[in-house]
Amino acid sequence: MQKYSIFSLIRNAIDYHTGWERAWRSPQPQPEYDVVIVGGGGHGLAAAYYLAKEHGITRVAVLERGWIGGGNTGRNTTIIRANYLQDESTALYGHALKLWDGLSQELNYNVMYSRRGVLTLAHTEHELKEFSRRHHANRLNGVALEFLTPAQCQAFCPILNISPASRYPVLGGSLQREAGTARHDAVAWGYARAADARGVDIVQNCEVTGFRIANGRIEGVETSLGYIRARKVACVAAGHSSVLAAMAGLRLPIESHPLQALVSEPVKPVLHTVTMSNAVHVYVSQSDKGELVVGAGIDAFNSYAQRGALRIIEEQAAALVELYPIFSRLRMMRSWAGIVDICPDASPLITKTPVGGLYFNCGWGTGGFKATPGSGHVFAHTIAEDEPHPIAAPFRLDRFASGALIDENLAAAVAH
Amino acid sequence: MTRSFRTGEGGRIDRSKPIGFTFDGKTYAGFAGDTLASALLANGVRLVARSFKYHRPRGIFSAGAEEPNALVRVGDGARALPNTRATQVELYEGLAAYSQNNWPSLRFDAGAAANLFSRLLPAGFYYKTFMRPKRMWQWYERRIRRAAGMGRAPDAPDPDLYDKRHAHCDVLIVGGGPAGLSAALAAGQTGARVILADEQSEFGGTLLGETGKLGGASAADWAADAVAELSAMPEVRLLPRATVFGYYDHNHLGIAERVADHLPAPTAGTPRQRLWKVRAKQVVLAAGSHERPLVFADNDRPGIMLAGAARSYLNRYGVRAGSRVLIFTNNDSAYPLAVDLAAAGGDVAAVVDLRPAASQHPAAWRMDELKIEVLRGYAVAGTKGRLRLKSATVMALNADGNEVAGGAREIACDAIAMSGGWSPAVHLFSQSRGALEYDEVLAAFVPGRAVQATRSAGACNGSFDLHRCFLEGFDAGKAAAADAGFTAEDEQRPLPAATQAKPGPVRMINPVPSIRPVGQGPKHFVDFQNDVTAADIGLAAREGYASVEHTKRYTTTGMGTDQGKTSSLNALGLLADQLALAIPDVGATTFRPPYTPVTFGALAGRDIGELYAPLRRTPMQRWHEDAGAAFEDVGQWKRPFYYPRRSETKEQAVRREVLAVRNSVGILDASTLGKIDIKGPDAAALLDWIYTNDWARLGVGRCRYGVMCREDGMVLDDGVTARLGEEHFLMHTTSGNAERVSAWLEEWLQTEWPAMRARCTVVTEHYATVAVAGPNARRLLAALAAGIDLGIDMGNAAFPHMSVREGVVAGIPARVFRVSYTGELSYEINVKARHGLTLWRALLTAGERFGVMPFGTEAMHVLRAEKGYIMVGQETDGTVTPLDLGMERAISTRKDFLGKRSLSRADMTKPDRKQLVGLLTEDPDDVLPEGAHIVAEQPGKPPLQAQGHVTSSYYSPTLGRSIALALLRGGRGQLGRQVFVPREDCGSSAATVVDPAFYDPKGVRLHG
Repeated sequence: MQKYSIFSLIRNAIDYHTGWERAWRSPQPQPEYDVVIVGGGGHGLAAAYYLAKEHGITRVAVLERGWIGGGNTGRNTTIIRANYLQDESTALYGHALKLWDGLSQELNYNVMYSRRGVLTLAHTEHELKEFSRRHHANRLNGVALEFLTPAQCQAFCPILNISPASRYPVLGGSLQREAGTARHDAVAWGYARAADARGVDIVQNCEVTGFRIANGRIEGVETSLGYIRARKVACVAAGHSSVLAAMAGLRLPIESHPLQALVSEPVKPVLHTVTMSNAVHVYVSQSDKGELVVGAGIDAFNSYAQRGALRIIEEQAAALVELYPIFSRLRMMRSWAGIVDICPDASPLITKTPVGGLYFNCGWGTGGFKATPGSGHVFAHTIAEDEPHPIAAPFRLDRFASGALIDENLAAAVAH
Repeated sequence: MTRSFRTGEGGRIDRSKPIGFTFDGKTYAGFAGDTLASALLANGVRLVARSFKYHRPRGIFSAGAEEPNALVRVGDGARALPNTRATQVELYEGLAAYSQNNWPSLRFDAGAAANLFSRLLPAGFYYKTFMRPKRMWQWYERRIRRAAGMGRAPDAPDPDLYDKRHAHCDVLIVGGGPAGLSAALAAGQTGARVILADEQSEFGGTLLGETGKLGGASAADWAADAVAELSAMPEVRLLPRATVFGYYDHNHLGIAERVADHLPAPTAGTPRQRLWKVRAKQVVLAAGSHERPLVFADNDRPGIMLAGAARSYLNRYGVRAGSRVLIFTNNDSAYPLAVDLAAAGGDVAAVVDLRPAASQHPAAWRMDELKIEVLRGYAVAGTKGRLRLKSATVMALNADGNEVAGGAREIACDAIAMSGGWSPAVHLFSQSRGALEYDEVLAAFVPGRAVQATRSAGACNGSFDLHRCFLEGFDAGKAAAADAGFTAEDEQRPLPAATQAKPGPVRMINPVPSIRPVGQGPKHFVDFQNDVTAADIGLAAREGYASVEHTKRYTTTGMGTDQGKTSSLNALGLLADQLALAIPDVGATTFRPPYTPVTFGALAGRDIGELYAPLRRTPMQRWHEDAGAAFEDVGQWKRPFYYPRRSETKEQAVRREVLAVRNSVGILDASTLGKIDIKGPDAAALLDWIYTNDWARLGVGRCRYGVMCREDGMVLDDGVTARLGEEHFLMHTTSGNAERVSAWLEEWLQTEWPAMRARCTVVTEHYATVAVAGPNARRLLAALAAGIDLGIDMGNAAFPHMSVREGVVAGIPARVFRVSYTGELSYEINVKARHGLTLWRALLTAGERFGVMPFGTEAMHVLRAEKGYIMVGQETDGTVTPLDLGMERAISTRKDFLGKRSLSRADMTKPDRKQLVGLLTEDPDDVLPEGAHIVAEQPGKPPLQAQGHVTSSYYSPTLGRSIALALLRGGRGQLGRQVFVPREDCGSSAATVVDPAFYDPKGVRLHG
C-alpha cells in the first residue's frame, strides 16, 4: 500500500500527482472465497478489514450492488458518540469509540475523527431524569459525561437559544467531550483501501440475487456477475437486510424507513460542537467545509426508496431555527434520504443465523455510523470464530424469541 | 479607473429611476430593473468574489440561478444574507453588498497564498495528510475550518416573518419563459386551476433578452401580453419570484416565494418569504436550461462569463460584458451575441469556434458583414490578467482537437463570452424520479420516462429553438389540463411565429488543450465555486474514485451552492474520457432537492417561538398562572409543577402541598389525563385484549386499574378505566401517553380486529378533571355535591373506592370517580371543560375551612412514591414487564392479551430480572439521585457491574426521611439486604432494600 503522508504528497506533487496508485483495485470476483461480505458500506468494509487483519482471513470479497459507501455510510450526519442507556449498548459503542481514536493512523487515511464534543439537550423534567440515569450508567462503565446547566450549555455553544421563554426551554445538557464527528466517505474509502491492501477483493456493481443453501449451510451467493462459492456469507446491507434475509428464507424483525438529512450552504465556523435534542427534534453540527449538517426523525412510512417528504424537512428546519435563531437566514443547500433498518428495541443485530455460515449485521437504525469500527471489529470476530464476540453476544437474533431485548427507544417518555 | 459599460439605450431597466447601492462600502448607481450583478457590471466592477479553495479572483459568471462565483453578502447584522447570488438580487435603494471569503480585502486576499501551494492541494489531499501526530488533527481542523466556509452567518436572530401556504391545482407550470407561458395559456383557457411559478421578478424567461421580433412585436412585449391574458383568467395564479425547488412524491412540490427580498425590508406584517406546498394533479416543467462553460486554461478570470449571460446583460439590462469581448464557443448559440454586441456598438475581438466547419446559424452568416473575425478550429489556450482579464491566447487546434498547434496569438480583450453547450434543467424532473437519457447531439441529459404525472417542455426538454418551445409548451399545457379533466371549448393558439433556428452540433472538447499538459500548467476549472479542475477529475479517476458519485465526493465537484448546474456535465465528460467510456455509461449523479438553496426560516415558517409546538392549556390554566405556579412541560401541556408562596423554595412548597394532602385535603388539576371514551358491544372484549387483567365482569359503575403491554410484554401505559354502562367505558391514560394509547387502540381496531364492534373517541379536552385528595376529601365534596350518595352516613358501601357516580358538584353536572393516586381518600371530578374553572374555584372556596391546598405534579409524584405507585416512564422504560413491577395479580391467567405470549419467554421469567423495590438509605436525610445506579458491594473504581438503578427518589415529608423506588436485579428476593449507590463524588450511599409501599401498605386510608 502506497503510504499517505505529507512527504508522499510532496513527492507526488513533483510529478503532478501522476504517480498515485489506485486506492483499491477493481477486481473481477474469484469463483470462491472463504468469506463473502454482502454490502460495501462502512460496516461491511470494516468487517472485511478486521477479518484480514485480526483473523488472517484474506480470501474475502466485499460485494457491493452500487458504489462503496453509497448507502447510509455516505448519507448520515456523521455523529459519533457512546452515551447510550443500556450496558450492552454502552459496551458496543464504547468499543467503537476506542477504535475511532487512532483509526486515521491505523488505516493511513485521514477519516477526520473530530472530538468536538456532543451536547445533548434536555427540555423537560423527564429528560433531565433520563440524563441523570444515563450519566450514572455511563460513569459506572467509565464513560465520561458532563452535566451542563443551561448557562453552561450556552457558554459551550454561544449561539444556542436558552431563553426561558422558549416553547421548550433548555433545562440542561449532557456533554460527551470525546464524542464528535468523522468524514463519512473517508471511513468507507479508508477501510476499503486498507482491506484491499490485505488482499480483500472489493467488487462494486455486483448485486447479490440469491443464496445457495444446502443442508442448512450456506454454499455461496448468486450475483449479477455470476455464482460465487463461499464458506461463509455475511450480510451488512442496512435497509435492504430484510430483502437479503428473505432470499435465505429468514425473517428479520426489521422495518425499513427513510431518514432524511440536509446540509446548509457553507459558512465560516459558527458551530463548534454537535448538538442533539429530542423535544426540539434536531441534531446539527458544522462540517469542515462549513455546511451545517442537520438531521432529525424518520419518515413514518416504510420504504426502500431513498426519498422522503417535505414535511419532515420543515420540522427539522423549525427545530433548527428554534434552537439557533441566527440560522434562520441561512439556506438548505441539499437534502437527501437513506433507508434505515430499525429493530423493535432500537438495537442492532450482530448475529449468527439458523443457516450455518450465514451472518447478519444490521438493524442499526438511525445511528449506525458511529459504531462502524466497533461493529466491523466484533462482526469479524463473530464470522471468523463462528461464535459471537462477547460484546456482540447480546445483539443476537434470538433475543426477540427469548425476550432479552436491549431497549434503546427513548419513547416510553412521560409523566402523569 | 471605472467607466460605464451601460449601453446608450435598450434593455428592460428603467433609466428614469436611478438606484444607489454599495459594494464593499463603495457607492455605485444602477437602475430600477437591474440585478446587483448587472449593476456591478455596468459600473465596471469585474472582481466580485474569491473562490472557495484557492481564493482565486472571480467575476460574474452567469445571469441566473446557476451562478457559482458571484456570491456576496447582502445586508448587515441580523438581516445579513451570506452566499447570495448577485445575479438574482434585485437592486433596491440603499442595498449594501459585501464580498466574502477574503482577508484583508477582496483585492489583496491573503488566502490567495493557497494558490502558491496549489500543487500540494490536489483533490482529496486532506485524506492523505494531517494524520500525525494523532492529537494534532483538532489543531489542523480548526485552521482548515477557518479557511473553508464562504460567508458569515448573521450574528443576531432573524427579525423577519415567514409564511406558508398549501395549494391544490390542476396544472402546476414551472417556469414562465416561452414554453411555460404557452403551457399556461393552453391550460388556462380550459378553465383548469393553474399555477405558473417563475423564479424571476418578471415573466418571460429568455424572451426578455431576445432581440428578434415575434409576430411584429418584440419578444418581451409578447410575454407581457401573455401575462396580461393569464392575469385575466380567474383560475390562473401567477407566482413571480417563486422558485419551485423540490419535487416530492405524489406530485407534491415545494415553492419558495421571495415576497420581500427585493425590498430593503419587508413592509410591516408581510413575510419576507413564503413557502408554498402545492399538490398538483399535473405538472408541466418548463424550467429552461443552463449554459456550460468551456474548460480551458485559466478560464476563471474576472471578465470570463457565459455567452448567454453576456447576451442577457446586453439585451435585458443594457450592459456590455466588456469593452472588447472575445467569444469562445463550441456551438452556434454564441453567434447571436456577436450580432447583438455589434449592433449595440460594442467591440467583438473575435469569435473563436472550436469547430473547424463554418456554422450554419443565421447569425453566423453575418460575421463577415459585421467585420467580425471568426477563428474556426481554434481554441483559447490561456488567459492573462490578475484581477481582471486582459488578454486571451488563441491557438489553432489539431484535427483531433486534443492539442493546440502553431503560433500563439495574443488577443487583447477584457471579456470572454464562452459557450460549451447547454444542459436542460432536468433537476425537478430527476427529483420526481424521472429517468434521464443522454442526447449525443446536444451533449446533454434530457428527460426520458416520467414516473409521476409530469411533462417537460421547451429547453428543459432539450428543445432549444424558440418555435419548438412555444409549440411544446402549448401542447404540454393542453395535455396536462386534459389529463386533469379540462379541455377548451374553443381553443385559441396565440403562438407567435418564431424563427426555427436549429442549434448546431456541439463539439465537446473537454478539456480544451493548452500549451502545457492539463494539470501541469494553468488550471482548467470545471467546478468554479469549489475550485475543482480537470486535473482533479483525472486524479480521482486514476485513484479509483471512478464511480461518478465517488468522483463527486472525492473532488467536491458539484457540491457547492450551485450544486453543479454548470459543472456537472463537464465533469462527467472528463471522467468518461479518463475511463474511456461514453458519458451515459458513466451515469449522472442524482439531483437532489432543493433546486436552489431554500431559507431555513421559510421552511420553518411560523412554527418557531411559542408556536413551535401547540401549547395545550387546561380550563384552569389562567388560575394556575395567576397563582404563580411553576410549570413543567408534559408533552404539549404545561402542568403546574408546584405553587411556590412568596420566598418558598421548590422543596418547601412541595413539602407543604404533600402534608396538606396527607393531613387535610388538596386539589390537583388532572385535566391533562388522557380520556378515551369506548363504546360498543365489544368494548369489554377490546379492553380484555388491551389490558392484562379481566374486564368482562366489571360491574357498571365500577372502576379498575389496568396495565397495558406492547406485543413484547413491556409496559406501555397504565390508568383507571370506568364502566359507565354495559357497552360504555371511559379509559384514563397517562397525560403524556394519551395520543400514543389512542393510536395503539386504533391500530389494533383498524388493522387487526376490524370486526370488533367498539369505537374509541378521545375526549381528553371535553372534560376538566379535578382530583380531590386527603382525609377531608369526602367532607369537602359533600359541601358541594348534590345527588351523589357519598356514603357519609351509610359508610363506604354507598360509594366505595374504585367506583363512579354521576350527579351535581357545585351546581355543575359531574361525573365523580372515587380513585386514588396519592394513597389518600380521593375523588376525581369530571365536568364539562367550560365549567372547569368554576369547579376549581368552588372547591377552593368550600375547602377554605379545611385549609384546602392546590398541589402540583411534583407533590403528586412524592405522594404516589410514598405509596409505592409506579409512574409510567419513570419506573418503566420499555424494558419493564408488569411482573417486574410486582403486578402478578393484575395479569389474567384466564384470557389472552397483547403481550401475554411474550411474558412467558425465557428471558421474561428469569429470577434475576430487574424488579421494583423500595430503597431506604442508611442516612434518612440522604436523598439518592434519580437515575443513580446500584451495586452489590461497596464500590471501587469503574467499571462496576450495575445491579439496577434508582427510578424515583424523594424526601418524604410524610415519613420524615428519604425514600426511593428502584429497579433491582432479583430485587424482590433481596428485601432486607444492603446495597450501595455510587455517587458523583466517588463516594457511595448504603441503602436497605424494602418493599416499595412505604406508606399505608394495607391501603387503610384510601378505603377510609
